[in-house]
Amino acid sequence: MSSFTPFQSIAATRRLLRSKEISPVELLEGLEQRIASLDSSIGAYIARDLETAKKEASTADLSKPLGGIPIGIKDAISVAGQPLQSASRILDGYTAPYDATAIARLRSAGAIPFGRMNMDEFAMGSSTENSAFNPTRNPWDLNRIPGGSSGGSAAAVASGTALATLGSDTGGSIRQPAALCGCVGLKPTYGRVSRYGLIAFASSLDQIGPLTSTVEDSGILLNAMAGKDPHDSTSLELPDEDFTAEIGRDLKGLRVGVPKEYFVDGMETGVRSSVDAAIQQLVSLGAEPVEISLPHTEYAVAVYYIIATAEASANLARFDGVRYGRRSPEPKDLLSLYEKTRAEGFGREVKRRIILGTYVLSSGYYDAYYLRAQKVRTLIRRDFDQAFTKVDAIVSPTSPETAFRLGEKTDDPLKMYLADIFTIATNLAGICGMSLPCGFSNRDGVDLPVGLQLLGRPFGESRLLRIGHAYEQSTDWHKRRPGQIS
Amino acid sequence: MSTDSPHHTIDVPYLARLARLEITLEEAEIFGLQLGRILDHVEQMNKLDISGIEPTAHAITVFDVIREDAVTESLPKKTILENSPHNANGLFVVPKVLD
Repeated sequence: MSSFTPFQSIAATRRLLRSKEISPVELLEGLEQRIASLDSSIGAYIARDLETAKKEASTADLSKPLGGIPIGIKDAISVAGQPLQSASRILDGYTAPYDATAIARLRSAGAIPFGRMNMDEFAMGSSTENSAFNPTRNPWDLNRIPGGSSGGSAAAVASGTALATLGSDTGGSIRQPAALCGCVGLKPTYGRVSRYGLIAFASSLDQIGPLTSTVEDSGILLNAMAGKDPHDSTSLELPDEDFTAEIGRDLKGLRVGVPKEYFVDGMETGVRSSVDAAIQQLVSLGAEPVEISLPHTEYAVAVYYIIATAEASANLARFDGVRYGRRSPEPKDLLSLYEKTRAEGFGREVKRRIILGTYVLSSGYYDAYYLRAQKVRTLIRRDFDQAFTKVDAIVSPTSPETAFRLGEKTDDPLKMYLADIFTIATNLAGICGMSLPCGFSNRDGVDLPVGLQLLGRPFGESRLLRIGHAYEQSTDWHKRRPGQIS
Repeated sequence: MSTDSPHHTIDVPYLARLARLEITLEEAEIFGLQLGRILDHVEQMNKLDISGIEPTAHAITVFDVIREDAVTESLPKKTILENSPHNANGLFVVPKVLD
């Protein structure tokens, strides 16, 4: 019998479980102890059910790829019998009646969904400050945000209170918190992982993906989750693929594109220097750098905040106080039941986006905003199509800055939106992307993690993981741990 | 936050009604300013010539997704109703709609 050691990868934990150095139940108990001692200062978990997880662990089949491995789940993803709220008051009291397809697949690979991870309400935000529960704090500096919207998922991995977690990425919600917390986050190609059971924010942009401590782990989780699902008509039928198959191969002959629009004035100095050094490192590993242009980058935030809010205003119409969650007490009629329930149940950012989405879809404005945005989306997508005729991957910073302080941007939504400038175009183009640790930037006297973003062509995850893994293994960034926690 | 008035103005109370969302006067005022500024930023899209460009609804386009027309099991009615704030006799209950 051995004690639990935090910060072990899935790959390493699997070996420990199979060699019986630790049992799945001991692993969960160790994790639970660490959560109990640390999470009150971080706030990554909204809820967790140790007893149910232990029952599942006691019968875990260790011969399966993820046998006995606990995975933390973002509160937007359905796990049968567990609470599901997308960190919103409007779903108070809701219990998921079924497993999301991604969860069902993780389970059949032997994994144990354990814990509900905090997030911005309905995944709307870049700081996890929009959670109706509590903000999550960055393990590297508890006065700072962990990024968002999958902030709980990232902070748990970074603080060693989870081996790995699931998040969802609509405009950077996996990659940006991974960057700000110093872990690995993978947004698969649109259609790679079924969205069935994910509470919809913007259906044409949303994808479920993993947050992990190593690049290899993200491939292991994608292997379990990917594939066509009859319950999601946008999921795609593709040949079976082992996403870790290219891991370990060198980078000779691969071309990495450096988009000039992603290296602009105003970026934090330490982010710029870390990413420049990372590109040099990729070159020293054999990759060939190619300067490329993605000329419509400057329009991405505008296009995103029209398309995403339009889709959100339609998706969130279902939360009406009739079928799920809370209802305003004593409404005088049906209309006031809707209006009051939604007023009481939604937070400010969600209301703001519903109103913007309603505006851009409303009569007289549809062509000027929504239709125009969809056309500019085509131009953004073409930029990437053209770039990928010349390069195997695109490299950039994940975020123009490291973690900012709690409250720093809460009263200026536009400033918050612009923090997503490097991640948003990926979702509009539907391509895959990942963030991985590439150094630290000293901000106000604190060393904070910097994320390197790698973008790949549609269905190019295997190539992306090969590049990410080669970089990761040639540096020590992924082995650094936050000093404020132990 | 910038104190300049945004160039765009939008009728927040009207939109809130369309969205079935009760808002306070304070929210109407703040949202009006904030959303006006966001629309000012969005304005830059108008610089682009988009004539002849097809709109993108989904980045990875798939057409005519069909499945076998087979009867499959759905969730039990009881499970669905259990999540509603008010139900009775196997139905969702809402305030009276017709007098």
